[in-house]
Amino acid sequence: MLRKVRQWGPPLLLISPSLVLIGVFVYGLIAVNAWTSMTDSHTAAQSTGQAPTRMVGLANYAELLDSDAFRHSLKNLVLYTVVFLAGAMFFGFLWAWLLDRPLRFEGVFRAVYLFPMSVSFVASGVVWRWLLNSNQGENASGLNRLFQMVGLDFLQNNWWNDIDVGIAAIAVPAIWQLAGYVMALFLAGFRGIPAELREAARIDGASEWKLYRHVVFPQLSPVALAAVIIIGHMSLKVFDLIMSISKPANYQTKVPAIDIFLLKSQYDYANAAAVAAILLIFVAVLIVPYLVQVARGAKR
Amino acid sequence: MTTTSAAPLAADLPTPRRQKGARGPGNERFSVSRTVRYALLLFFLVVILIPVYVLLVTSFKGPGDAAATRAWNLPISWTLENWREAWRTLSPALWRTVQMVVPAAVISSFLGSMNGFVLSRWRFRGANIVFTLILFGMFIPYQAVIIPLNQLVLGIGLPSGIPTLIVLHVIYGIPITTLIFRNYYESVPAELIEAARVDGAGMLRTYRSVVLPLSIPSFVVVLIWQFTSAWNDFLFAVFFSSSQNGPVTLALNNLANGSILQNYGASMAGAVLASVPTLLVYILLGRYFIGGLMSGSVKG
Amino acid sequence: MRSQRRSSALLAGIAAASLMLAACGGDDQSGGDQSGGVDTNGASEVEVFTWWTSGGEKAGLDGLVEVFGEMYPGIEFINGAVAGGAGSAAKDLLQSRLQAGDPPDTFQAHAGMELADYIAAGQVEDISALYDEFGLNDAFPQDLIDLLTVDGKIYSVPANIHRSNVVWASPSALEAAGLDPEATYDSLDEWFVAMDAVEDAGMTALSVATTWTQVHLLETVLMSSLGADAYNGLWDGSTDWSGSDVTAALEDFERLIGYTNTDRDGLDWPDAAQMVIDGNAAFNVMGDWAAGEFDAQDLVAGEDYIYFPVPGTDGMFGFLADSFTLPVGAPHREAAEAWLDAVGSLKGQTEFNIAKGSIPARTDANPDDFNDYQRSAIDDFGSDTIVPSLAHGAAAPIAVSNAISDAVSKYTAGGSDLTTFQDELAAAVG
Repeated sequence: MLRKVRQWGPPLLLISPSLVLIGVFVYGLIAVNAWTSMTDSHTAAQSTGQAPTRMVGLANYAELLDSDAFRHSLKNLVLYTVVFLAGAMFFGFLWAWLLDRPLRFEGVFRAVYLFPMSVSFVASGVVWRWLLNSNQGENASGLNRLFQMVGLDFLQNNWWNDIDVGIAAIAVPAIWQLAGYVMALFLAGFRGIPAELREAARIDGASEWKLYRHVVFPQLSPVALAAVIIIGHMSLKVFDLIMSISKPANYQTKVPAIDIFLLKSQYDYANAAAVAAILLIFVAVLIVPYLVQVARGAKR
Repeated sequence: MTTTSAAPLAADLPTPRRQKGARGPGNERFSVSRTVRYALLLFFLVVILIPVYVLLVTSFKGPGDAAATRAWNLPISWTLENWREAWRTLSPALWRTVQMVVPAAVISSFLGSMNGFVLSRWRFRGANIVFTLILFGMFIPYQAVIIPLNQLVLGIGLPSGIPTLIVLHVIYGIPITTLIFRNYYESVPAELIEAARVDGAGMLRTYRSVVLPLSIPSFVVVLIWQFTSAWNDFLFAVFFSSSQNGPVTLALNNLANGSILQNYGASMAGAVLASVPTLLVYILLGRYFIGGLMSGSVKG
Repeated sequence: MRSQRRSSALLAGIAAASLMLAACGGDDQSGGDQSGGVDTNGASEVEVFTWWTSGGEKAGLDGLVEVFGEMYPGIEFINGAVAGGAGSAAKDLLQSRLQAGDPPDTFQAHAGMELADYIAAGQVEDISALYDEFGLNDAFPQDLIDLLTVDGKIYSVPANIHRSNVVWASPSALEAAGLDPEATYDSLDEWFVAMDAVEDAGMTALSVATTWTQVHLLETVLMSSLGADAYNGLWDGSTDWSGSDVTAALEDFERLIGYTNTDRDGLDWPDAAQMVIDGNAAFNVMGDWAAGEFDAQDLVAGEDYIYFPVPGTDGMFGFLADSFTLPVGAPHREAAEAWLDAVGSLKGQTEFNIAKGSIPARTDANPDDFNDYQRSAIDDFGSDTIVPSLAHGAAAPIAVSNAISDAVSKYTAGGSDLTTFQDELAAAVG
């Protein structure tokens, strides 16, 4: 008995504060949120108990998923995530690949590519707002004007001022901010590939492409997966970015996190909670495969 | 400590003839490829710095000049007034933010380290489930739980201000720090740990004398990440502190949005000021960040 | 201490009474509310929650705090301000605090229907009694009192009044289009003619910015097209949102949007005003705080810019007001009442508005203390029909205005046609 305590005691001791905290502050709150999402508390009076509330099961969810407005938000979220992930992974990989061989000023390039991570959108919001201005031609300002100034007129476009694909333009600042992080991950990944492997492949006469395909990419795939997960979940929660750049009221860039914010402001807690729960489910769908893989791979 | 210290030097690889597509005179091909790489890297460097240019240039402009339509032009007349205004508004908050971020980063990295260690080394049934449950906490959208969280915080009796923010950042930092450390420890050679165990050291002893010293690279990654994340947080700052006792993101927001008349010049100057500390962290410690990542932290 | 306050209370009461009797033409207020009349019971501090953290608003708040300090020297003013676009971050936090049972002593809110949620949730107190005590029923115009009254009760004290239905115009742009800057337009139709001329000259006729400014534009169009009674009817249910009157108004709105800059959604209101300042646009519809933007760039009214009520709304004063409330469960209730006294006092309103650029809600203010625009606004406020602003919380509760905002954003972004737009608006209000 004592032996068991001695065996189990220390690990439990080390980990229990975290378990308790997570239990309360994450799962406890998720539970409260789920509960609220199943009530009909849509008005201010109900929120303070001045008017009665009752349980309505999944009615809120049904209504939301049925509404055009919410579907528009969801569509925006998916489009944004896809563009953002593709862009961040592409540029992150490209920069890591370019910097992989030794180079003068590598430190400078790395620092510059990485630094946008340190800037919050509360800070850079206004600049991006200016840069993504949708005017073209004569009245152009922002990036469109820049394109004109360097002779790339054809690149001008409406940026986020488009109800169908405008949200993709919002991915630009997000890529600016996080591609550097992806680069850092890939760089670490590249440098972590044992030299012997590369050597062996070269000696065997493998071309550069074959080297990448059979040695580098497989070694990098765990890194890539981790990157997709980490930045992917950030993109699902996108909020600060929209708040600073396109503002919450704009139809073109509505996403679920913004819906939560607006619903809360009008005391519609039940629907806010339901949207949050839906977001959480999306996230779960994305990361559960990853977690399963991590759990499996960890069995050594 | 350079990035290549813990990994085989890429420079050791035999060069010219193994370059991509190289068939002809190695040197020539090598330098063309090098030039192309430099050109690309430089191009991206400029692209990344575009928002910074606008930010800096606008911060020196007076009212009317600091407008979207004049974003690319140099100031008509350079003024330091914006910087003075920004410094005046932000300086009290800057120190407070340091006082918030450092403890938060340090405490949450220790917690993450303990958790990561326990979860990667002590194979009890359900270790993976526990890890998954902790990890999932990373993904909750904070808007969803902010109201019950506020009630909880008040119920516990935590006052508005920096100490409460530290507590919250620590709690919500547990999942990501645990993830990073756990992955890191997965890659630590088992022999080192086993050796300590054989010597009869219990878990706590092992942790303190063997594991901790080994964890420096991972600590660096986590500290940098937590530092940035806490520094740039806005949501918790708004809810759990005030302009008098809160961090710099609140002060910056007050500067940028505090009046119906927007002072773009001062907001931009403020944005730069507020970003300087995290910027410095990334510039000075960026290579440690990558070095730490390289030591297996986020390989999945 | 107490007797000192009691006698000063008496003095203040007498002074206030005589001030009111001498209302018209207003005299200087040196003999007036030197110390407040609320028995503060030894209360020590008052936490005032606003979203005024810089610029003219902060200056106004500072002025108010000074007056408060004179009236109630024993109470410390605690500034609980949080900034963020017309208060969105502040409102978020406030909601959270109210929900958690930790209210500030008083908070800023737009007067009118925006308070409806707080009222329904039982989070603000009925302060009709304070209106009697402070004599505000006589100091404020009846129109305003009516708009502030919900079910026979009043829940906030307005600190200022802003006007929403103002057009700001660029004389240089008008001249370049061959128009007379002195010309007046009696209706939207006449205005459209002028706008066509501006367009022909290659400039933007009407500049507008992001969604809320478009809602702001919409409300002035509704005012102009429907007239005061029918406009008020939109909010009390007597006007049918699905009716042909509204359709005609929306068609005017559609035409106006057609004259605006295509990058509107990405601009903030100062950017739209800047277009007029630079002479790239002829007209801009914005509340009278826009004057501050022009003044900050040292422009002279009448020369560098001109202003007039939105065509068709002459005689209507689209009002919005920043006001202060008394939350239920305020930790320092008497101190909060003292603050409200200061806010509603003549000296308080004068100092606040001189700095902020708006006008007092009280009719007994001395116009000489204010600048040209403010004087003309004070005049109009005294004589026009007062109607509530939609975009700024006076006309509709938050849920309704959010829904209207969504409908407007969708419509101007091209996501719906006029019929759908009208249906969505009707659904939003109904």
